[in-house]
Amino acid sequence: MRRWTPYWLALPAWLWLAIFLVVPIAAMASVSLTTGNLIDGFTQTFSVSNYTDAIAKYSTQLVRSLVYGGVATVIMLVLGYPVAYWIAFKAGHRKSMFLFLLLLPFFVSFVLRTISWGFLLADDGILFGTLKGWGVLPEDFHVLATTVAVIGGLVYNFLPFMILPIYVALERVDPRVIEASYDLYASRFSTFRRVVLPLSLPGVFAGVLMTFVPATADPINAQVLGGTGNTMIGNIVQTEYLVNNDYPTASAISFTLMAVLLIGIFIYARALGTENVLEAAAR
Amino acid sequence: MRGKLGDRALYVYTWLIILWLASPIAVMILFGFNDKQSKSNTSWQGFTFKWYQQLFAIDGLTDALVNSLIIAVVSTILATVLGTLLGLAVGRYRFRGKGVTDFLIFAAISTPELVMGASLLSLFVSANAPRGHITIIIAHTLFSLAFVVVTVRARVVGLDPSLEEAARDLGAGTFTTFRLVTLPSIMPGVAAGAMLAFALSIDDYVVTSFVNGSEQTFPLWIVGAVKVGIPPQVNVMGTLIFGIGVLLAVANAISARRKTTH
Repeated sequence: MRRWTPYWLALPAWLWLAIFLVVPIAAMASVSLTTGNLIDGFTQTFSVSNYTDAIAKYSTQLVRSLVYGGVATVIMLVLGYPVAYWIAFKAGHRKSMFLFLLLLPFFVSFVLRTISWGFLLADDGILFGTLKGWGVLPEDFHVLATTVAVIGGLVYNFLPFMILPIYVALERVDPRVIEASYDLYASRFSTFRRVVLPLSLPGVFAGVLMTFVPATADPINAQVLGGTGNTMIGNIVQTEYLVNNDYPTASAISFTLMAVLLIGIFIYARALGTENVLEAAAR
Repeated sequence: MRGKLGDRALYVYTWLIILWLASPIAVMILFGFNDKQSKSNTSWQGFTFKWYQQLFAIDGLTDALVNSLIIAVVSTILATVLGTLLGLAVGRYRFRGKGVTDFLIFAAISTPELVMGASLLSLFVSANAPRGHITIIIAHTLFSLAFVVVTVRARVVGLDPSLEEAARDLGAGTFTTFRLVTLPSIMPGVAAGAMLAFALSIDDYVVTSFVNGSEQTFPLWIVGAVKVGIPPQVNVMGTLIFGIGVLLAVANAISARRKTTH
């Protein structure tokens, strides 16, 4: 009787995950290998033409998304690491206050935050409008609807997801290890490079994972902050699915995107062990 | 001395990042008080309370907010129950299929929202299921569930099994042991998971945009309104949600501190 307990506990969630995660993704894989349209129906042809066509048609947006996601992730790492470092080692008893302040934006809806960011960057908004009024900026100066605005929005929206895992990893570093390094006459810089940095790498990996995937696939920043030249792959999938109803093409693009991202994730997961990534993701 | 200077610089830098992260919130709150005359709400035109008085004047927006709240509550309950049970299973027991289960949890967390939404839509279309409240709740439960599992498991792993043994030695049955010993000790993990599930649900745009049919939620309504101009009521609702969330979090932190000091 006791032997079956874990199975009974796991069963409902298993069913949920199987029916609504595994089956749909398998179904999508099969749809991506069909031809046809919504009215005449789709036939399973196992032809990969959807993939080659979709990649040929949307390679610009796919590459752009990976570049935007990649650049945003690097910026987040550079901006976020010092913050995580300071909070973990120097904030003392105010650690939780600083973490709380970093998490403040999450009390505002993602969509609304992005739109407020757009308010702030608007051509005649409180920031640029005022500066233009003072003559500091030229009249035709604008940030909205540019690459800078989209990447800036991605960095803004996902930065806390980079800081938190790095903070968790740094927090676990035993201060005695650092003292030992100083005792052995290492300088501040080499202590950081050879002791602290390697110990924080699991956090860095988790942070990269938690920011790169959603940033690359995000449609909102491009839609709200970008112009026609900033369309990302997320916008394409939405349009193909919801406007054009071209399910085979849309499935093929989604799958290509997921394949590209999953390859990256698996390399990380292999290097770390899934347990670690999940643990870091949980805190 | 150089070290001290570096620390000072990092301290200032951390504050700058925090201010940067908070600046759009300040803008959101401020423009909820903007006495705007034209359609666009990007320039400051004077102070007013009228959007607070006319908070529910836009029917579509109010409906969307109510929908969001209902969906968040129902999917949080479902995800918390399913996720807590699975969290207990993977945190406590060794069983055949644990590896597959771990992988499923990992997959549920790391699948891009876009792919999750698109594949769910494929399923609902091929099953001829009408899209609406129920499909949104199914989707939200799906992406919240794994996060509940992870937070509950972290708590279960740290649990002392001798406590439950003691309860059983004292004659408590399986259910009584669970209710009086196991559940209270994993409760912080369950509560954290539930809060996370609620936050994820009420905030979701991407997955919902695929499975909503003609049903509107708060984030979907806002994105739909971007082109025609966001009414200030959205800022007011955002401000109120922000205020309530922060108050609850602070109250929670204070009560947790009280418990540890006494």
